[in-house]
Amino acid sequence: MTNPIADLLKSEVILVTGSNTTECHPIFANYIKEAVLRKGAKLIVVDPRKIDLVDYADIWLRAKPGTDIAWINGLILLIIKENLQASEYIKERTEGFEELKAAVEKYTPQYVSGITGIPASDLMEAARAYGKAKPASILYTMGITQHITGTDTVKSLANLAMLCGNVGVPGGGVNPLRGQNNVQGACDLGALPNVFTGYQPVTGDEVREKFEEAWGVNNLPRTPGLTVTEMFSAAEEGKVKAIYIMGENPLLSDPDMNHIEHCLKSLEFLVVQDIFLTETAKYADVVLPATSFAEKEGTFTNSERRVQRVRKAVSPPGEAREDYRIICELSGRMGYPMDYKGPEDIMEEIRSVTPSYAGITCQRIEGAGIPWPCPDEGHQGTPILHIEKFVRGKGLFFAIDYKPPAEPTDEEYPFLLTTGRVLQHYHTGTMTRKGRGLNMLYPELLAEINTDDAVHLGIGSGEFIRIASRRGDIKVKSLISERPGRGVIFVPFHFSESPANALTINALDPIAKIPEYKVCAVKVEKA
Amino acid sequence: MVKLTIDEREITVEEGATILDAAKLAGIKIPTLCYHKRLNPIGSCRMCVVEIEGLPNPMTACTTPVAEGIKVVTNSERLQRMRRETLKLMLVNHPLDCPVCDKGGECSLQDLVYEFEIETAEYRAEKKEREAIYATPLIRYWPDRCIMCLRCVAACRDIKALGAIDIVGSGFGAGISPVNKEKCESCGECIKVCPTGALTENLSRYKGRTWMVNRVKTTCAYCGCGCQLELNVMNNRVIGITTKDDDEVNRGSLCVKGRFGYEFIGSEERLTKPLIKRDGKFHEAAWDEALDLVAERLTAIKTAAGSDAIAGLSSARCTNEENYLMQKFLRAVIGTNNIDHCARL
Repeated sequence: MTNPIADLLKSEVILVTGSNTTECHPIFANYIKEAVLRKGAKLIVVDPRKIDLVDYADIWLRAKPGTDIAWINGLILLIIKENLQASEYIKERTEGFEELKAAVEKYTPQYVSGITGIPASDLMEAARAYGKAKPASILYTMGITQHITGTDTVKSLANLAMLCGNVGVPGGGVNPLRGQNNVQGACDLGALPNVFTGYQPVTGDEVREKFEEAWGVNNLPRTPGLTVTEMFSAAEEGKVKAIYIMGENPLLSDPDMNHIEHCLKSLEFLVVQDIFLTETAKYADVVLPATSFAEKEGTFTNSERRVQRVRKAVSPPGEAREDYRIICELSGRMGYPMDYKGPEDIMEEIRSVTPSYAGITCQRIEGAGIPWPCPDEGHQGTPILHIEKFVRGKGLFFAIDYKPPAEPTDEEYPFLLTTGRVLQHYHTGTMTRKGRGLNMLYPELLAEINTDDAVHLGIGSGEFIRIASRRGDIKVKSLISERPGRGVIFVPFHFSESPANALTINALDPIAKIPEYKVCAVKVEKA
Repeated sequence: MVKLTIDEREITVEEGATILDAAKLAGIKIPTLCYHKRLNPIGSCRMCVVEIEGLPNPMTACTTPVAEGIKVVTNSERLQRMRRETLKLMLVNHPLDCPVCDKGGECSLQDLVYEFEIETAEYRAEKKEREAIYATPLIRYWPDRCIMCLRCVAACRDIKALGAIDIVGSGFGAGISPVNKEKCESCGECIKVCPTGALTENLSRYKGRTWMVNRVKTTCAYCGCGCQLELNVMNNRVIGITTKDDDEVNRGSLCVKGRFGYEFIGSEERLTKPLIKRDGKFHEAAWDEALDLVAERLTAIKTAAGSDAIAGLSSARCTNEENYLMQKFLRAVIGTNNIDHCARL
């Protein structure tokens, strides 16, 4: 996120898109509600589903899944036509405006309406609201990014924010809400194929030299590695022979489950380190028992880039060990002794090689977390990014065109499938499906289907339906509802007994390599 | 700015502040029960009554805005007598069942009754049964203990903007009821603000008294909000979750997963020993055996097929320190950049 969430209380307009915030980020949703109900902010929701947040919205645009670039370009065109753009800001702080202007020229309300299904008048209302607000904030999540055009859509949102001078100001920003407790930290700490910690590129000679010296090794690999989605295909091709998985369940979380299953079986050697025998772990040659967050010390970095403490409350069950200890043990056996006294010791090393974390010590965050970048111990951290100037200098507008999703609907597969989470469960259910409490509330998978579609197909609420794509099929209970639009089916992906990812398509964004979970073509019938 | 006098001290506060705000600013303590700083003033309990010179009746400090030049007294024999009577009237509806109450030890009512040295419930009233139904099975409503302060109703409305619960009935028969049950998200905001044991958690009931648990502050394990919470630990088991007001991003709030999704920690299904697969079946193994095997196999594959034949998946559920070590292990020890995690999924 460019801005802290509490900044919403300073926003005149909040644009939420591709985020079912009340279910997926309930505490952030509290701020949205407070901003709307107590501070008088206007809320614009753009989402194909009538999510709960729509109840609090001034404007709701129901865009067809996978058409986001079209409506964003449409808003940009209208804002320019109405002369609501921040001309001074554009002149002083950005470049590429003329190219953007030319690129959005054809996105008239009528043209956008044809692609997205959003009525022209609603688009105009939203453009005026966002364009006039000083400041306005944008929140988004995977509804925006999990498309083959995910990267372009995020750039489009940045275009919109910069157009109105909303980046680098309190109450503004382009704010992706991160879906997992430490997904921000995992990225920050270099668990990515192209960068070391703090997004220092593996292709940089000086960067590699720095890490070679710090780690006492020679010849660190200089070409970016494989992303998670590419790793499994490489396994199928025999290029990757062994995978070591720590705390992930790709069989359920990755697209096209049958394909992943085949890839896992193709491996010569699979190690899974986890707290439960997950669906993925069942395919492992060796399973190593690890510790949960309650059994270890360390830090997590939240969506706001705030580095916060994790503290040990109980000792691990049986012989389970902290993940860091397991890695150290393995490393030592492979001829590279890692001798850390504990997580604090590791943090000291992280600080020494990571400029954005350099000022963050365990002692400093004992009371309250610090948002990076924090270059030295005297620095208070950086709640808002891009104040006065962008990290790259001038903010760059990108001229971006709309592209349709990878798999359009057709006569055989007439429904659009979109996947996501529900309030009571989390990701592949490894944690939330273990206790009584959450499962009392949401015991079994429900697939949301629009009322008209259900009537047309002769399906009653709670009746079982079969959903099939070109890659697989599942049988699930139906929930008839006005939430999805006509022709859209929503299936949560937490449930291994009817896995949504048996249906999804392994079509990737060319840059981010993120799969298009939010759109694929399916057919639906009474089971 | 407005100038006023409280207990003969001159205080300057912003316009719109209440007398309670002004007193707090000056460090003057006024007893409260229904007041909660995250909620709009409720004014239901009347514990915070104060005298204002020139007015015949005491006013509630939490709902009365300051005015220029007023003189306020927060402590007098009359006010203390009124507060004692208020407490005694609450005890008509609230049994002194502190020995069996989950909230015993950190109950605002218990503290006030103790402070005001009330030893018995003096007044009696005709008992009217109130229904104990609640909006979620994860929370138990104890109507006998409910003092109708309305904090829970206000929290559901002011913080969550849901309005799932409200008062139903009147007089001694009035109680909290799920008026919009389908709106309830089981977030437990109502439990968080309940000053007594009228709302208790249905999962950990009777498993540990407040003074028997050790509370360890940490960061939530679910989404990326980064909520701060306290794991309540007894006998090496997490038996509940609590939060502190004002604590960073969540300011004491949690969602249903944060507050009730802790059972997995102590699950019987947790892995407790390394497992090695032989002939398609898992067998428990000693750590040394498992680690030796992993190191040996990875080394063999690296030697035979090269570093890039090995890949690693790190975890968005693991700590920063663990993620750092995992990428270091893949890069420095295995010699590949094939390291990723589920950021895209």
